[in-house]
Amino acid sequence: MNKKLFFFLGFCALLALAQQSNIVIKLVGQEKPTIAVPDLRGSGASQAYMGAFNSTLYSDLESSGYFTMAAKSMYPLQVPQRPQDFQSPTPGAPATGFSLAGWANPPVSTTYLTFGYAGESNGQFVLYGWLYNVKQPDLQNAQMIGKIYLGPMSEVGATKVAHEFAADILKLFGVESLFGTRVFFVSNRSGTKEIWSMDWDGMNQKQVTSYKTITTMPSVSSDGSRIAFTSYLNGLPQIVVHSTETNRRLPFFNQQASMNSNLTFAPDGKHVIYSSSISQHPNLYGADLNGGGIKRLTSGRFIDVEAKINPKTGGDVVFISGRGGPQQLYRMSIEGTDVERLTSGEGQASNPSWHPNGTHVAFSWTRGYDPGNFNIFIMDVATKNYVQLTHGAGRNENPWWGPDGRHIVFASNRSGGMQIYTMLADGTQVKQLTKAGRNEMPVWGK
Amino acid sequence: MTRKTLGVLALTLSLLSTGAGCKKKIGNLSKPDAPAAPAPPPPRMEEPKVRPTVATFTAEPSAIEKGASSTLRWLVKDATKVTITAGVGEVTTLDGSRSVFPGATTTYRLMAEGPGGTAESSATVTVTQPPPPAVEAPKATKEDFSVVVSRELGDVFFDYDKSDISESGRGTLTRNADKLKQLLIDYPSAIVTIEGHCDERGSAEYNLGLGDRRALSAMDFLKQLGVAADRVRTVSYGKERPQCTDANEDCYQKNRRAHFSGN
Repeated sequence: MNKKLFFFLGFCALLALAQQSNIVIKLVGQEKPTIAVPDLRGSGASQAYMGAFNSTLYSDLESSGYFTMAAKSMYPLQVPQRPQDFQSPTPGAPATGFSLAGWANPPVSTTYLTFGYAGESNGQFVLYGWLYNVKQPDLQNAQMIGKIYLGPMSEVGATKVAHEFAADILKLFGVESLFGTRVFFVSNRSGTKEIWSMDWDGMNQKQVTSYKTITTMPSVSSDGSRIAFTSYLNGLPQIVVHSTETNRRLPFFNQQASMNSNLTFAPDGKHVIYSSSISQHPNLYGADLNGGGIKRLTSGRFIDVEAKINPKTGGDVVFISGRGGPQQLYRMSIEGTDVERLTSGEGQASNPSWHPNGTHVAFSWTRGYDPGNFNIFIMDVATKNYVQLTHGAGRNENPWWGPDGRHIVFASNRSGGMQIYTMLADGTQVKQLTKAGRNEMPVWGK
Repeated sequence: MTRKTLGVLALTLSLLSTGAGCKKKIGNLSKPDAPAAPAPPPPRMEEPKVRPTVATFTAEPSAIEKGASSTLRWLVKDATKVTITAGVGEVTTLDGSRSVFPGATTTYRLMAEGPGGTAESSATVTVTQPPPPAVEAPKATKEDFSVVVSRELGDVFFDYDKSDISESGRGTLTRNADKLKQLLIDYPSAIVTIEGHCDERGSAEYNLGLGDRRALSAMDFLKQLGVAADRVRTVSYGKERPQCTDANEDCYQKNRRAHFSGN
């Protein structure tokens, strides 16, 4: 194809997508509630840890993507520390920070306000935290949270307390906090590819396996208790399962095949599906958690890999197959019947991940780009309509939904080497989580 | 356009739907008192403490000539740490094996530690001095099998996303089959491995399957030409072991191959 025409068409496609997003925002009125999160102060020993506390609380609320953060420079000079700091407004006088209106009115114009203070009690870090809806007419109706939080008197303790306060606030709005969730991924930092883990925010990166051979393609069970991956322990790519609590290897029976890989756990925690070349072609097989009770799901002279079971229904499966030509996204029943192609047949598709709601799938696709130039898409499986989240900034693959259903973790070489990133499901708030070595194939567990 | 818009709309709605039912009140605690003493830590879920057991610990063969190797095999249960003395050290698996080359008769002690206690077992390798070399045996040293394989057996190349053998691949495999039949006679205990490789463009997961197909296609072809199937095995490396990493067709083609290795 003519190169100029190609670029022009690509540009048009981008424009169309941008318009769709605008239309969506107008139609849905995707207005995020505004929250003001002034810095809290601490007394005694807690003072030393208020920096960590305040930045954690702010960052958790901001990165949830649920709120608009009120501009700090607009905050009133007086910031309440306790409910009794609020005063009845003097008629005629301008509203101060000690009144609901001082926050609800311009220039702050916030709906929600966090405030409180920290102190020391019995050697513990103590937080007195409140969340107010300052648009309410009176103080009685304004309070949404008023709670005491305790933690060790340390930076770790102050951070933990901030995460808990943020999680309580988010929970009020039906947003699950990512605090405590873990991402498993593949890194070559130790010299060979091994499975590593880190906290949802990229902290606490640790090596999980030490098999000293190619160990890759992790998946995690829906309750987060098990991970499975593919490793060349006996010289062939075979499935290995570990407990995430003890990190011990759990029994799993591999069929006598040159390849068993891509194990996925069923949401019931009792079954798995994986790809095996036992009958010469990599097809999909169902089995019990320990590899017994094998049941063939697909058969044919083509490659079927990466099955993912609907987390809501447990009844349907998306997978990647080369049955119709280049690798595409397909769906079938858990029995292996009613196979249907979901992607259009253009490009190559891979790495499906179900949204917790069981209606949408994130995946990577080269549609509109050269072979190998994957971007991340989300598809409504029922209608096959899709939206593109990344736009050609390097290779973007292995999307995996966060347990909150709002964030996606993925791997990208946009800044050179392959690294792991998170983003909000609208493609914004992209954050890089890894830097050392080559890091890929992230999966997000509870 | 409308179809896609609706899709995006549905998606956004679903993402927002989790936000329904906000503005609930919780935990009324308008005047927090001094914090109560922290609750005692919850009782730890203790795993039942089972003493580790050493199901097997063997050295095979148990008698070797000096310079030869013996294989230690062990199967340990309910242990968190397994150590073997005499220079082996801590091992990472409960079910494993390790080659050892003792210079003199050696007793290996395996110690298993677990939450429930410890267990031990031992195995002895008796080392004998080899007989003096026969004077009248001017045997030509045989070339290493892996060296011969990599020199004599050529790579078979594939088209993009394909695992069927091309016309030129047939030529290569036919030549390889003739050489391999002779090699397997010359090296009666050797096994040849066909590695399946892919270029970097497809997904790693799909390419693992594609590499498997490529290796098996090459093996099937060799079988038809009369190569003993029990002397050939296959392994897919997908795109994990490329021989070059440039992003151009030259390099892609080099990596789309079935490669022969001997060990």
